[in-house]
Amino acid sequence: MGAQKKGATARVSEDPEELARHPLQAILLADSFTTKFRPITLERPKVLLPLVNIPMINYTLAWLESAGVEEVFVFCCAHSKQVIDYLESSEWSSQPNFSVTTIESHNSISAGDALRLIYERNVIHGDFVLISGDTVSNMSLTQALQEHKDRRKKDANAIMTMVVKQAKPSPITQQSRLGTDELFMAINPVTKQLLYYEDKAEYSKGFISLDKTLIADNPSVILHNDKQDCYIDICSQEVLSLFTDNFDYQHLRRHFVKGLLVDDIMGYKIFTHEIHSSYAARIDNFRSYDTISKDIIQRWTYPFVPDVLCGSSAIKVERQGTYRASDVTLSRSAQLGSFIFIGQGTKIGNDTKISHSVIGERCTIGSNVTIEGSYIWNNVTIEDGCQLRNAIVCDGVILKSGAVLQPGVILSFKVVVGQQFVVPAYSKVSLLQQPTQQDSDEELEYADSTSGTGELRSDKLNGDIAPDLSETASELGTGGVGYIWKVFEGAYDEEWRHSVAPIPTDKLVKLMLDRDEDEELLTQDGNVISASGELKTDSDGNGSEDDDNEDSRDDYVSFEKEVEATFLRAVHENVKVDLAVLEVNALRLSYNMASVDCGGAIFYSMMKLAVESPHNSASELHRNAADIVTTWQKLLKSFLHDIDEEIEVILKFEEMCLESAKEFAALFPQILHLLYDKEILQEDAILRWADEKEGADESDKVFLKRSEKFIQWLREAEEEEEEEDE
Amino acid sequence: MDFQVVVLAGGNSKNLTPLVSKELPKPLLPVANCPVLNYVLHQLEQSNLKDLIVVVEGEDAALLVGAWISGTFIDRLHVEIAAVPEDIGTAGALRAISHHLTAKDILVVSGDLVSDVPPGALAATHRRHDAAVTTMLCSIPVSGPLESGSSGGKDKAKKLGRYNIIGLDPSKQFLLHIATEIEKDARISKRILHAVGQMEMRSDLMDAHMYAFKRSVLQEVLDIKDTFQSLKEDVLPYLVRSQLKSEALLNRTPQGEENSNEKVSSQNNQAFISRILANASTPSFHGLYSENPDGSSSTRKTHKCCVYIASSSSYCVRLNSIQAFMDINRDVTGDADHLLSPNNIIGPSPKLGTKTTVGPNCRLGEGSEMGDKCQVKRSIIGRHCRIGSHVKAVNSVVMNHVTIGDGCIIQGSVICSNVQLQERVVLKDCQVGAGFVVTAGSEYKAESLAKKEK
Repeated sequence: MGAQKKGATARVSEDPEELARHPLQAILLADSFTTKFRPITLERPKVLLPLVNIPMINYTLAWLESAGVEEVFVFCCAHSKQVIDYLESSEWSSQPNFSVTTIESHNSISAGDALRLIYERNVIHGDFVLISGDTVSNMSLTQALQEHKDRRKKDANAIMTMVVKQAKPSPITQQSRLGTDELFMAINPVTKQLLYYEDKAEYSKGFISLDKTLIADNPSVILHNDKQDCYIDICSQEVLSLFTDNFDYQHLRRHFVKGLLVDDIMGYKIFTHEIHSSYAARIDNFRSYDTISKDIIQRWTYPFVPDVLCGSSAIKVERQGTYRASDVTLSRSAQLGSFIFIGQGTKIGNDTKISHSVIGERCTIGSNVTIEGSYIWNNVTIEDGCQLRNAIVCDGVILKSGAVLQPGVILSFKVVVGQQFVVPAYSKVSLLQQPTQQDSDEELEYADSTSGTGELRSDKLNGDIAPDLSETASELGTGGVGYIWKVFEGAYDEEWRHSVAPIPTDKLVKLMLDRDEDEELLTQDGNVISASGELKTDSDGNGSEDDDNEDSRDDYVSFEKEVEATFLRAVHENVKVDLAVLEVNALRLSYNMASVDCGGAIFYSMMKLAVESPHNSASELHRNAADIVTTWQKLLKSFLHDIDEEIEVILKFEEMCLESAKEFAALFPQILHLLYDKEILQEDAILRWADEKEGADESDKVFLKRSEKFIQWLREAEEEEEEEDE
Repeated sequence: MDFQVVVLAGGNSKNLTPLVSKELPKPLLPVANCPVLNYVLHQLEQSNLKDLIVVVEGEDAALLVGAWISGTFIDRLHVEIAAVPEDIGTAGALRAISHHLTAKDILVVSGDLVSDVPPGALAATHRRHDAAVTTMLCSIPVSGPLESGSSGGKDKAKKLGRYNIIGLDPSKQFLLHIATEIEKDARISKRILHAVGQMEMRSDLMDAHMYAFKRSVLQEVLDIKDTFQSLKEDVLPYLVRSQLKSEALLNRTPQGEENSNEKVSSQNNQAFISRILANASTPSFHGLYSENPDGSSSTRKTHKCCVYIASSSSYCVRLNSIQAFMDINRDVTGDADHLLSPNNIIGPSPKLGTKTTVGPNCRLGEGSEMGDKCQVKRSIIGRHCRIGSHVKAVNSVVMNHVTIGDGCIIQGSVICSNVQLQERVVLKDCQVGAGFVVTAGSEYKAESLAKKEK
């Protein structure tokens, strides 16, 4: 391994002419190893899905060709046969200076596996472009490549250059545009080295932690929340060998990039190249499918737009961004809005309204149909009076008259929706049944084995669809065919985020407000009013306590609050003591606290209640406290199993007297006596507390002094007892 | 300008013993034969900031400082002297004199700052942004404590001013994050990143202890957070942390904050969204952020924390350690000699014996006498010193009225006033406290010599 790597290093660091002799190569992953495009991808690979009526992979290949790449290795795994067949029959197989070679695998489950396989084939001889087959771009590679090579000459450890792009400025649109998770990156502004990468935002954490050495090593680091990862990487050969070395690397970003940044493997470095005016984006989910389709129609991706890519004069661009194939049959009364695409051989009936949509080839659309923001692929039949909003409709689907697709609906191949049937929002409908076994860990997004079997099943299905017809008729209305996939719990929240439909405004506002709440929590982090009323942690930064401590204390603070709330509820609703005990116990388990903490927290709640109940004098306060203690002594007692826990209560009380409930300070000995009388505190506990306090500072002994008499009395009583015993 | 200046002059700094004493509080510590406080006051005067409160720790020190100021700056500055108890911290000192503050904005500057950055520039930045707080940042001095010298103050000096982690917005005008001396990893709040988009983290800047505050903000923070001790450690981080969510601090009544959140009705949502989309480029993230979902602007309160970054060529060092004292003395006579104000002109030439050489970057105070064959290099000699023959002084500071016997060798040391060095004393990297007598022939290395405090 080591020898191989050395060889690679030596070769790449040779003079530029040597480098120039290698043709520029690219690895195109024709499998995204995710399940986000299901159910469609059960039947057709993602890279072949039409994007404004042209398979996605064509955009990627066309860009690679224009960017000067000479040799492309297309890695296919799921539905590999379809991809290979497509490429063989397409124009790409016969380009003079652009060779497309397919590499087939049946058992790869991740990008990592793919790169390991490619490494074994030993086909990559120099720097290469790593891209997935669902990327649309029109950037020029020249500059990025040059930067990469220059860096390599200076530093052989600079093995990868990632292309990033400024995202939209508003914090909301950053997330909503491509439906991707928010991304945090730290980049050295001078060297452009990538120092930190976090894409799966850990929502629980309101902060980013940067390693201190990172900050010490780089006098200036820019943290970005406003960049978008284009998933176009210029890599050196080492990247492949690194994947082989680290056989556990699966995901390009989550494992490889993070691994390199965090584990500091052999000092390898990743750099970024920012593009400004050109376009680059990856279709990661239905939302980005929608966004990028619109960008293509609006020609941001020029020259990779339908009329140019098709080459022929078959598609004409008209005003308002209307793309129309030459032989569309259009009713005179049909109303076509702006930014639409209509493919060859499509017929559109009377009074049909279409806007912001893509309609594929040979579709038949009836009268009085409304289509807004939808993607209708080929050979789709839409009967009269249907309404479609923000839906994706795959090949061969039939919508019977009057069917309605609510926003976010995905209809996979050959689904039939019955008459007047309303498909609820965000439904995914397929002829294939939902794989019963959902990936338990969706985060990993491996394509599971079902993607392979799905292909088989679809073949079978194509053969005999008829038997299924009757069975599933009910699910999609009369005459409907297909299964509505269930949304898994937990995934439901994400549905709107990744959907083809625009994010509903209430969700957007909620997103904004949620963020606010997060902030509130965060502000509290820095400024917690603890239950004992003292102002905490503003000075924590100067570090008397370290963070672990802080965390556990924060836990305790919120635990105490919960206990207090429970207690108050018990008081106001006359909950039985047993039930209250149960509830507090449940809290204790969920916060992972000891029963010591429960005792303290309950006692604190009781005393706080006493202080907060109306009282005019100390004696009234004492009576309040006595009442409460009497009523709830059983609750308190059930958490005081031994002396230590009782001492904890005394300490808690002392703390309260000093801080939050100073009114009790005068009553300290009386309350102590009360607790003794009620047998909540044993005399042992009180005496041990007194002994412990004996050695403390003067200031700490205030309360000890006040209760001196009582303790004296206790001691005497004890001695008497002992004498009696004798 | 409606600016009031508070000079936190300090008192008997523990970091600087034995250089400072009851007779010589820190503000009067001579730097190139001129009290350190002079440098700040001179800069303030240059910026036409003449309404000053000088806060001194300890009554006695206050009297001494007051006497010096009235002697030096009479008719030039309007100075009030306020004495505060010792060890109450910078925030505590401000709290103690809070009732004296009347102007709209307050400039707080540390009395031990030796800098050529005009305070007026900071004040102007503050005004321009209508900021709640503006802080001055300067490059960490290159000639700083890390590489030079090996005196005992090194460790302390290393801690001070090192690893300030400062987060700035792309325009380098706003302060988004500040942390000092982190032992652990830096934690940056995502919220502010959401609001700003990108933040530059700098570790090559340090807080120069010159701040401009909006008076109302400052007074309220001091009022509410009565545990705050230090401006740098408590008040500034607090203001920075809460800048997107001012806690009703800013003298604005918290009107209807509660119900405004509930009023989010669907019809307003539309307006809200359109504004988000329209806000393609906002002049300031604070403005964008303060927009509320219900359409009315700025019920969500924000305040601005700004920075003024001194140009990297400017000089800016705080005299807070012995090492810094040495550095500043060296720089002020050397590279940064433009700092010496006109009233610092050396008096009548001191008397020098034959074959005595005084190298460049030296200062000799008036009335000092030197014997034959002395060598003085990169050193400062105070007033009325008597220096014998064959004395060698290198990289050292000798204060006033010091007697140095024949054949002494002094390297990298500080000799305070009224010290007597008898013959053939050899000192290397030492500090000798005021009035100390070093017996003949003794040799010390890296020690701190001072009279026992009674």
